Amino acid sequence: MTLLAAPEQAPAVLEARGLTKHFAVHGTAAAGRRLLRRGRGLPAGPAPVVHAVDDVSLQLTPAHVTAVVGESGSGKSTLARLLARLVMPTSGELLLGGKPAPAGQRRRIDYAKTVQMVLQDPFASLNPVHDVHYHLSRPFRVHGLAKPGADLDDKIAAVLERVALTPADAFWHKYPHELSGGQRQRVAIARAIAVQPRVLLADEPVSMLDVSIRLGVLNLLGDLRDREHLAVLYITHDIASARYLADKIVVMYAGQVVESGPAVQVTDSPAHPYTQLLLSAAPDPERTTPVTLRGRGAPPSAVAPPSGCRFRTRCPHAMAICAEQVPPAFPAGPAHVSSCWLLDTSVPRRRSAASTGPAADGNGPAAGGDRTDLGEEK
Amino acid sequence: MTGGRSERLLEIRGLCVDYGQGPAAVHAVTDADLVLDRGEVLGLAGESGSGKSTLVMAATRLLRPPGVITGGEVRLYPGDGSSVDLLEAGYSALRVLRWSQVSLVLQSAMNALNPVMTIRVQLTDALAAHLPNLSRKERHARAAELLAMVGISGDRLASYPHELSGGMRQRVMIAMALALRPQVVIMDEPTTALDVVTQREILEELKDLRDQFGFSILFITHDLSLLIEIADSIAVMYAGRLVERAPANALFRAPRHPYTLGLLSSFPPLHGPRVAMTGIPGSPPDLRMLPSGCVFHPRCRFAVDRCSVGAPPLETAGGDRVAACWRLHGDGPVPVPPELAVPEPDLAMRSMP
Repeated sequence: MTLLAAPEQAPAVLEARGLTKHFAVHGTAAAGRRLLRRGRGLPAGPAPVVHAVDDVSLQLTPAHVTAVVGESGSGKSTLARLLARLVMPTSGELLLGGKPAPAGQRRRIDYAKTVQMVLQDPFASLNPVHDVHYHLSRPFRVHGLAKPGADLDDKIAAVLERVALTPADAFWHKYPHELSGGQRQRVAIARAIAVQPRVLLADEPVSMLDVSIRLGVLNLLGDLRDREHLAVLYITHDIASARYLADKIVVMYAGQVVESGPAVQVTDSPAHPYTQLLLSAAPDPERTTPVTLRGRGAPPSAVAPPSGCRFRTRCPHAMAICAEQVPPAFPAGPAHVSSCWLLDTSVPRRRSAASTGPAADGNGPAAGGDRTDLGEEK
Repeated sequence: MTGGRSERLLEIRGLCVDYGQGPAAVHAVTDADLVLDRGEVLGLAGESGSGKSTLVMAATRLLRPPGVITGGEVRLYPGDGSSVDLLEAGYSALRVLRWSQVSLVLQSAMNALNPVMTIRVQLTDALAAHLPNLSRKERHARAAELLAMVGISGDRLASYPHELSGGMRQRVMIAMALALRPQVVIMDEPTTALDVVTQREILEELKDLRDQFGFSILFITHDLSLLIEIADSIAVMYAGRLVERAPANALFRAPRHPYTLGLLSSFPPLHGPRVAMTGIPGSPPDLRMLPSGCVFHPRCRFAVDRCSVGAPPLETAGGDRVAACWRLHGDGPVPVPPELAVPEPDLAMRSMP
């Protein structure tokens, strides 16, 4: 494992530049509000949208695992779907091997040959009426990579071996219900890597599995990175597993990337207050002092996110500028960036203002304040 | 945590639970012993299918068919010197005990709360049933008080469950469980579906409430690393059996059962150098086809011949801890594996009277 990412290694296989996805809000409530405004002679305003992913830039490089960490609703699964071309971005670019990714339905199949996805729940992603052999024959058939018969069987045996399901013929004719959770997820991974993709997008691949077999699947992803030089995107809410597996960690909050950098550095010296909050809340048997959560409360509404920095409504260090301007990515270490105004060295006063300001209030009042916020939301 | 001799509150002895009857029965819980002391947080850890939920559902007599309790006793000591065997108690006796002495918080607050009733109705339901003398007004005041206790403003009483966030719903469940000041609160994966920050907030509130009211918690989760932080002592289950029970810190620093050791090394640490970890090879057994001898032996890296022959009993492993492993004390030429013989932390401190 590379502990510190080498500066600018191999060029990215898959690169997202300013990727944005807004989903339209349907339903009577949104339409009704707009009608009401129109009735009062007010402009109806823009149609409401859910800001699922906003201006995310990301590079997936060969033989590296990039972990995306965030709470539910932070946009990490939408990001994976964008990268898999399952949803089309509202704006922004997706570059595959330096060239814009194809958009048309016909070219999709070529794209899928390079970028494959593994989903969270292997109980749902495998078809219960088909056996392992059928599941693994599909990628070869769809992409025209093997002739039916001995050729196909050999290739299926080989791919089962790559995910350590051996002997292969013991698994061929098993149906999903005959496999354990870990074996099912291995079949799903085998299906994804059958076409020799260069990018593997894994959306919470272990969160549905039993605790004792999670590491086996994580180690398999690590092996695929090392042996086959796959670029892996590992989406998770478990920052400890991201630290274990990933070379690089990207932290998302409310649809935006707030911090990214080498995995160990991000977890050992987090620069963004949200990352600090996540780490302080994560279970840690080694912890000897009581937890102090700085930034209680819940993520903001994705329909009307706060201006400026989206974390500012919970942030213990929030300053005036945080509401005014979206913080750009400031350097926080080698290959480590964080979108927080605290890191803006151009104005030294800010840092001191932050460390004495709201932090001095302690936790009590902050907690009370949050709850009233929640109440007012309705 | 507690100094000196502690007072027991709930005692489960030899509890056996099957699903189905006759030769096809699946033994979901086999011979489980658990003791919950007053004011204690007892953690119950194990993977899915290990029988942890079945155990508490049986102990509270909430188990539904085809679940059958085939043996054992569950004694509740309400503190007035008497004791009740919950497995023997009649329906009317249980009605009185439930919620007033023992309450339950379930994992999925969305399913546990009734979606077509307001929070107010659901919070006052137990109050109306158990305290018939309370007036309607008093009940509502009490409901608002309960909500305030878990940090939700009283105007939320008129809300329906879908109007609350996941964390707030789980808080409502906790408020409900504490409505009648029970002595035992059983929590079955109460924070599993929540985000880490919300989980931590709720755990902190729970700790404050426990300090305030002094109830005991039986906390069930698959997340052993979380349990080590919040529990006083931990029991680990595997394939329906208790395999180890120890104070939380001792279990973490010096596990005595290979399964506990494996489970502990399945959680990557948040600090320190990154080292390759292996988890536990294989997968949890099918309860219909359990291996012979020790149920863990096919996955155990310390297994010896004896392990496939007979099931090891729960034996004392020093101090107030027990483990069920043939290699616990070493056996002639077969010594205790060094990984399982790590000296306990602060043994000196705990042995003081």
